[in-house]
Amino acid sequence: MDTSVPIIPRALSDADNALVRRAKTGDFEAFEELVSRHERGVYSLAMNMLRQRQDAEDVVQTSFLSAFENLGRFREEAAFGTWVRKIAVHAALKVIRTRKKARIVSLKHAAEAEKGSVPHPAFIAEWRDPSEVMDRKRLQETLDQGMCALPEKQRLVFVLRDIEGLSVREAARLLAISEGNVKVRLLRARLALREKLTRVFGREGGGILPAHPHEQRRSTSAQALLRSYRRRGRVKS
Amino acid sequence: MTRKAKVMKCADLLRMLNDYVDGDIDPGICKEFEKHLARCNPCTIVVDNVRKTITLYREKSVFELPALFQARLHAALREKGRSKHARKPKR
Repeated sequence: MDTSVPIIPRALSDADNALVRRAKTGDFEAFEELVSRHERGVYSLAMNMLRQRQDAEDVVQTSFLSAFENLGRFREEAAFGTWVRKIAVHAALKVIRTRKKARIVSLKHAAEAEKGSVPHPAFIAEWRDPSEVMDRKRLQETLDQGMCALPEKQRLVFVLRDIEGLSVREAARLLAISEGNVKVRLLRARLALREKLTRVFGREGGGILPAHPHEQRRSTSAQALLRSYRRRGRVKS
Repeated sequence: MTRKAKVMKCADLLRMLNDYVDGDIDPGICKEFEKHLARCNPCTIVVDNVRKTITLYREKSVFELPALFQARLHAALREKGRSKHARKPKR
């Protein structure tokens, strides 16, 4: 079973379908209405993938121009929003490949280095309500910092799967990697972001190290971390 | 001495975390997973943290279109619309 969250709610896509039919007959206003309805979503997708405003703007413009040019070929099997987002994903990946040319590393080959054990959570604590911890602006900055700190290959999977709601299969197809690699990258991304956010939102003094009763061995690094947290008062002795 | 049935450890749980959080887990394994959670508070917290992390990013990863760019985008589309209309073959 491959679960995915519907990106475009049905009511929205029904209204889109009517606009698509009008746009296909040459009604430009209908197409512009479609753009207005999806430009923020496509821009957010591009920003999340690229983390760079100018590149994201280029991707949005290219994607809607391409959608306009190819509207006649859009078979309406998916919602318009899903279709245009897929165009944007391809456009964003093209930008990423261009950026990577200097480094001569493809998305596909970068995946080879991902095999190995899953990193164990280093800091575990229940969260406070993020909106009570900080205001909206700081929360946004905290989330951005978390995303920027992720390796690109993990960030792309997290964006497509968890933010855009694509299935593992769809994300794998778009990124031209195996479903297994999507899952590995996703797990690493989720755990890395959890780690970062827990250090911000975790309850004071509520931290628990991974060396909880089910773990037989405490690694040297875990013990060092425990000592460091105790010094900082993050965990009780 | 009989061997004990294999009990799910924290590391096993971590490997299956995605499938559990996504509701894409075999029912038998799900039962084992939940049995582990029932006796392991740290793992319960990690699962909860991960769910909250995903929800937070899903809800907050929205970027507003810069107004100048929005105007430029619509102008480019209108220009494209005019040129497409102009080169439409007559029937």
